[in-house]
Amino acid sequence: MTGAEAAQVVLRLDRITKRFDALTANDAVSLDLRRGEVVALLGENGAGKTTLMNILFGQYTADEGRVEVMGRDLPPGNSRAALQAGVGMVHQHFTLADNMTVLENVTLGTEPLWRWRSDQSVARARLADLVRDFRLTVDPDARVGSLTVGERQRVEILKALYREARILILDEPTAVLTPQETVDLFATLRKAVAMGLSIMFISHKLHEVMDISDRIVVLRHGRVVAEMATADTDRHALAAAMVGSEISAPRVAPGNPGAALLRLSDVSTPDRGNAPGLKRVMLALRAGQITGLAGVSGNGQAALADLIGGLCVPESGRLDLDGQTRDRWSPRVAVEHGIARIPEDRHKTGTIADFTLTENAVLESYHKPPMSRNGWMNWGQAEAETQAIIRGYDVRCPGPDTRIRLLSGGNMQKLILGRVLEAAPRIILANQPVRGLDIGAVNYVHEQLLKARDRGAAVLLISEDLDEIMALSDVIHVMSQGRLSPEFARGSMTPTDLGVWMAGHGFDEGLAHAS
Amino acid sequence: MRLEPIANPGFARSTLPPVLAIATTVVVASALAMLAGANPFAVLGLILKGAAGSKFALLETLNRATPLIFTGLAVAVAFRARFWNIGAEAQLYAGALMTVVLGTGALPWEAGALLPVLALAAMLAGALVLLVPAILKVRFGVDEVVTTLLFNFIFLLFISLLLEGPLKDPMGMGWPKSERVVAEARLPRIVEGLRLHWGFALALIAAGVVWVIERRSTLGYEMRAVGLNREAARFAGIPVNAVLIKTALLSGGLAALAGFSEVAGLKGSLTLDLSPGFGYTGIIVAMLALLNPLAVVAAALFVAGIFVGADSMSRAVGVPTYLADIMLATALLLMVLAILLTRFRVVRE
Amino acid sequence: MDLFDILLSASFWAAAIRIASPLIFATLGELICERAGVLNLGIEGIMVAGAFAGWMAVYSGAGLWTGVAVAMAVGMLFGLVHSLLTVPFGLSQHVVGLGVTLLATSSTYYAYRLALPEVTSPPKIAAFKPWEIPLLSDIPLIGPALFSQTPLTYLAFVLVGVVSVVLYRTPLGLALRAAGENPAAVAAQGLSVTGLRMGAVIVGSGLMAVGGAFLTMSAFDSFFFEMVNGRGWICIALVVFGAWKPGKALLGAVLFAAFDAAQIRVQQTSLGADIPYQIFLMTPYVLSILALIAMSRRAEVPAALMVPFNKGER
Repeated sequence: MTGAEAAQVVLRLDRITKRFDALTANDAVSLDLRRGEVVALLGENGAGKTTLMNILFGQYTADEGRVEVMGRDLPPGNSRAALQAGVGMVHQHFTLADNMTVLENVTLGTEPLWRWRSDQSVARARLADLVRDFRLTVDPDARVGSLTVGERQRVEILKALYREARILILDEPTAVLTPQETVDLFATLRKAVAMGLSIMFISHKLHEVMDISDRIVVLRHGRVVAEMATADTDRHALAAAMVGSEISAPRVAPGNPGAALLRLSDVSTPDRGNAPGLKRVMLALRAGQITGLAGVSGNGQAALADLIGGLCVPESGRLDLDGQTRDRWSPRVAVEHGIARIPEDRHKTGTIADFTLTENAVLESYHKPPMSRNGWMNWGQAEAETQAIIRGYDVRCPGPDTRIRLLSGGNMQKLILGRVLEAAPRIILANQPVRGLDIGAVNYVHEQLLKARDRGAAVLLISEDLDEIMALSDVIHVMSQGRLSPEFARGSMTPTDLGVWMAGHGFDEGLAHAS
Repeated sequence: MRLEPIANPGFARSTLPPVLAIATTVVVASALAMLAGANPFAVLGLILKGAAGSKFALLETLNRATPLIFTGLAVAVAFRARFWNIGAEAQLYAGALMTVVLGTGALPWEAGALLPVLALAAMLAGALVLLVPAILKVRFGVDEVVTTLLFNFIFLLFISLLLEGPLKDPMGMGWPKSERVVAEARLPRIVEGLRLHWGFALALIAAGVVWVIERRSTLGYEMRAVGLNREAARFAGIPVNAVLIKTALLSGGLAALAGFSEVAGLKGSLTLDLSPGFGYTGIIVAMLALLNPLAVVAAALFVAGIFVGADSMSRAVGVPTYLADIMLATALLLMVLAILLTRFRVVRE
Repeated sequence: MDLFDILLSASFWAAAIRIASPLIFATLGELICERAGVLNLGIEGIMVAGAFAGWMAVYSGAGLWTGVAVAMAVGMLFGLVHSLLTVPFGLSQHVVGLGVTLLATSSTYYAYRLALPEVTSPPKIAAFKPWEIPLLSDIPLIGPALFSQTPLTYLAFVLVGVVSVVLYRTPLGLALRAAGENPAAVAAQGLSVTGLRMGAVIVGSGLMAVGGAFLTMSAFDSFFFEMVNGRGWICIALVVFGAWKPGKALLGAVLFAAFDAAQIRVQQTSLGADIPYQIFLMTPYVLSILALIAMSRRAEVPAALMVPFNKGER
């Protein structure tokens, strides 16, 4: 490769501006991507990274600015044009049809629609070549729904490569991977770059960005605030640029563990479709302690959360809540016994978008006094309670009669926190409590969890983010394929150690060790 | 094109689309009237006059609106919880059937005791008819749209069977018709001399009660939560299946009151043409009312007015009465679109 | 004549196939819509409109096949209305579907009254005649049942094959199925979800209308009110029963029609005379409900059925 070729700009975003009502998601963002280069787009949640990529990919139309691929203007609002110009995108949320095979997903939309036959044998051969060249092992006839998350991501990358993409855009690709899978992904990306592809890598994880990229562009509040060669910078400088000012993460002092408030002994739950159920899980949640649950999503965390939250019935095993043995409980019994639940998806399960703040605030308490009596609601009481939450948890909103769909993710989460923490729960189930929040909100949520722990609550923190788990937890478990690792004390494991468990190794030895 | 939500829709944004929807409906009706060779202004004028142009017309409209308020409420309640009850027709007949079975002399009581019992028995019958699809839904996940639709056919055949068998009026000269209910089982007129029975008052009361239930009771809160987001409702501990069953019982009971009121207030006996599709029209009423129980009354009056007006217009100028059905179907489709456009703007790409 | 004799008679199977034909058209139409992710409750009204349009065209002097084309075109028009509201605007498929049924039915009746203001009994047309297929129609039992039908019946059976091939063997079919499974996947590959879904609803509605036209142009030779009589709703049940697969849906339609043909014959036996006829008339609807219950646990519903897709939604 000559120097001139290396410098060729394959993708240019020129002063892209996009507004949503009052919010300016992208403010005159410009950046270049050259041939054979990995550029990292760094920024915290809400900085405008995803919006920018959606504009590039035709999902949104920019209010101002233009996109140029290989020196040619890209027509706005047309994802087909982006694809044809050689841009391939691996979305954070995969765009795969679960009930169809890998081959079907890869070939979808690559042939002219009006044709009597689709040429499966040619497609199969081409896919096999790509699988070999990029070491993206996956069975072409497998149903996508039966694949692991890591495999699905490979299918997404294969989709782009099959279309002969010259530019690959990956939106938070490592969020769903184990550390080892991340290493594999980076190997694939390096191979692609060596073959002349260009890569835009979107992330908020500093160490990964430092690891994979040649150049880094930092986005904050929709604006480019810094651009530098990776070799010329370090993590501290990047962090400062990304957040703007130094926001200190809460300092975590060790907890003061007490008695086990909730104990699962040998508990199994049925599999649900492709998601594994729990496999003979032993777990004790102790008062005054944060128990972190690490693992790649889809490995049984949902089953565990549902079990504790009262939405799922165990097949076998024993549950002890407050020293009382039970077969199962309903969500309502869970709440009555002081289990606070912060759900994984605040939009779909945590709140009802078209309900007001008040109506959302009483979702778990409406059925009993003081919120209602003999089947009749006491809306005055409900509103007073909501006002208290709004004040106590700093929920920024026009008032308790606002529909919650108009709130930001952070404020929504604060309302949920208020709803469940006001009752001074003894057990807190926090499932991905900071996903998609900006740093201010993240710190707020973490502070609340620590405060609850310090007053003696048992906290179960489920997260895909290993950094979060390691920063907050007093003890850590890893979950893989529905199995739960033994308890690891704080600081006893490195991320790599935990990654081995996340990948499903160590369980057999662990069990042997325990017996 | 794409839809973008509007955070704070202004006055024009929230009123213009519905007004345009109604205007377009009128334009469509005019065009169809012209197609039939009539003067559209005359046709619209006649509809208006036939619906509200005289005391007689107005009373006719109120009478026609009565069963529509009940079925409209039944649908509104069910749809609020996203339980798609398309079977109000069957539930209406169940109520009518119960009224006839108990009201033709089986209970030798005075009107003051008999009428409430008949109304409650009718509600029970309607509730039971809808209970079957509701149970099939929560137990087996069978889509209630299809089952309630099919139940309409099954139940009407069942009524036909009864009217030609055990319930057949021996004095009916061979017509499939039940005996008339006794005098104590007739709903009296609200004002002596005016052809409007207490069924209409009952319908207004029902609308008020349903409104209070929706806004003030825990059941109403549960119904709304289940309708807006079943997953979040279940997570929060709301017993979703129980709420659906309760909703079905309430909805079926309300629809059955239409049958009770038609038999006890108007017709006096049960025939196969007791309802010219009141159950189906209830869906239009409920949708035009945006599922709001109080607005159901207004929507039912509007719909009944169009029907009554079209009948009299048709007699006068010979344009088929189906014009009324077309107008309502058009209004329904355009209105759901208009409501969407009050909350979203269309962005061209 | 007992049940066994009935099942062995050629006329019984011929009737079953005849009864199945309109259901096959309409079920295929609904299946295409649902495979692309749209529930089309307009089916009942679209069948009514198709039945009238085809018959009216022939009555006004058009050829039979032109009549079929007219019916199809009318169905597609209502499909356009349905899909415009449900796909780009994403409105409730339940409400729009019922609205379209009401619109199609009432405009049909309106048109009927305008076209034939004075008649008490509707006029007849020269409907499709059976085509005896040489040799094959001479096979005992199977011959008269399968190979002495009208051309529309043959078309229905051919269409099952065509729809299967399109859905499972062509790029278009792959895209359609994907639109019903995960529209985001379709959009990400640069295809138009809106186009695919609207196309499916329009074509599917056309087939429903042909199913209706079968009633007035092949099964009978005249148009009556209440003629479709819930067949559309039954077809929705048949799509579920057929697990959204054309072959199985065909099987379901024939099975269903066989029951229907059998009940008509049992009605005429001495046993049938003691049972009120309404019981027999109920059986198709009861069977449909039973079929839904039987399939409720197994059916592979398209994952994005009834889920509207709004581009760029977060």
